[in-house]
Amino acid sequence: MKILKILIILFLITSFSELKSDEVNDILKNKILKNIRCLICQGQSVYDSESEFASSIKLIVDRKINEGLKEKQIYQFLREKYGDWVIFDPQLNKNTYVLWLLPLLLFLFGGAIIYKKIISNKK
Amino acid sequence: MKNKFSLFVVVIFLSFCFVIFYKGLNTSNNYIPKVNEKKNIPTFKAKDFDSDNYINSDKIFEENIFYIVNIWASWCVPCRTEHPLLMQLSKNESIKLIGLNYRDNFNNAKNFIDDFGNPYSRILIDKDGTLGVEFGAYGVPETFLIDKNKDIIKKFVGPINQEIVNEIRLIIK
Repeated sequence: MKILKILIILFLITSFSELKSDEVNDILKNKILKNIRCLICQGQSVYDSESEFASSIKLIVDRKINEGLKEKQIYQFLREKYGDWVIFDPQLNKNTYVLWLLPLLLFLFGGAIIYKKIISNKK
Repeated sequence: MKNKFSLFVVVIFLSFCFVIFYKGLNTSNNYIPKVNEKKNIPTFKAKDFDSDNYINSDKIFEENIFYIVNIWASWCVPCRTEHPLLMQLSKNESIKLIGLNYRDNFNNAKNFIDDFGNPYSRILIDKDGTLGVEFGAYGVPETFLIDKNKDIIKKFVGPINQEIVNEIRLIIK
């Protein structure tokens, strides 16, 4: 009887942890899919799209997660196949530095104008 | 003077917007980003259309010649228009055509080949489209030119035309 109890507890623990890991994988999968652009639907993520392209990408991402690849490795794989455009959140590199630095420059420029105005008003 | 300057800035801004939107009207909605085209062929295992056996990619591209990988499907209308051109290309001995049958029904694909001819030296089955992703494909039809170093040197999205066939012929010469 005692052995049976232990076995039941063990079964429950393993099935619960399996469920948990599936849940974690699903969350990761959805996070990745929401950050991948559906290249043939324009403006839609793979997560939101039902196109053939999107369903193939969903399968690939699922497969890569099951193979044990990390989020960044999956993005890298897709980047190699389709370029930076496939990822909604672009990386900082020689093609995207203007995109990243322009808001900062505009912020500094605007700040400088406001600062100059305040100084001239004080005078 | 200040008013004139403001007017000038507004006119310049509006002209800029007009040019951008006007150009936008004339360009295609489908943006295909430039990807580093010259990349090695992916390693994969795929089901052979004729024998139903799984085959490794290194066995498929083992000869020291140019290869064309063409993604096609029987349900794809543009594939029918490019098919005669593929038949033309298949007559060239310095190139081999590999067909990737994309998300298709086997019988329909077989009928398609029986009706229009088989330009491919081998056809692989891509039932769920994941093999196409390995090549970096968007859908059907799509054609990849692979050189003797087993690098993908050209990618043609959409049906090929006579101009593309001439370009391929020039490259493999």
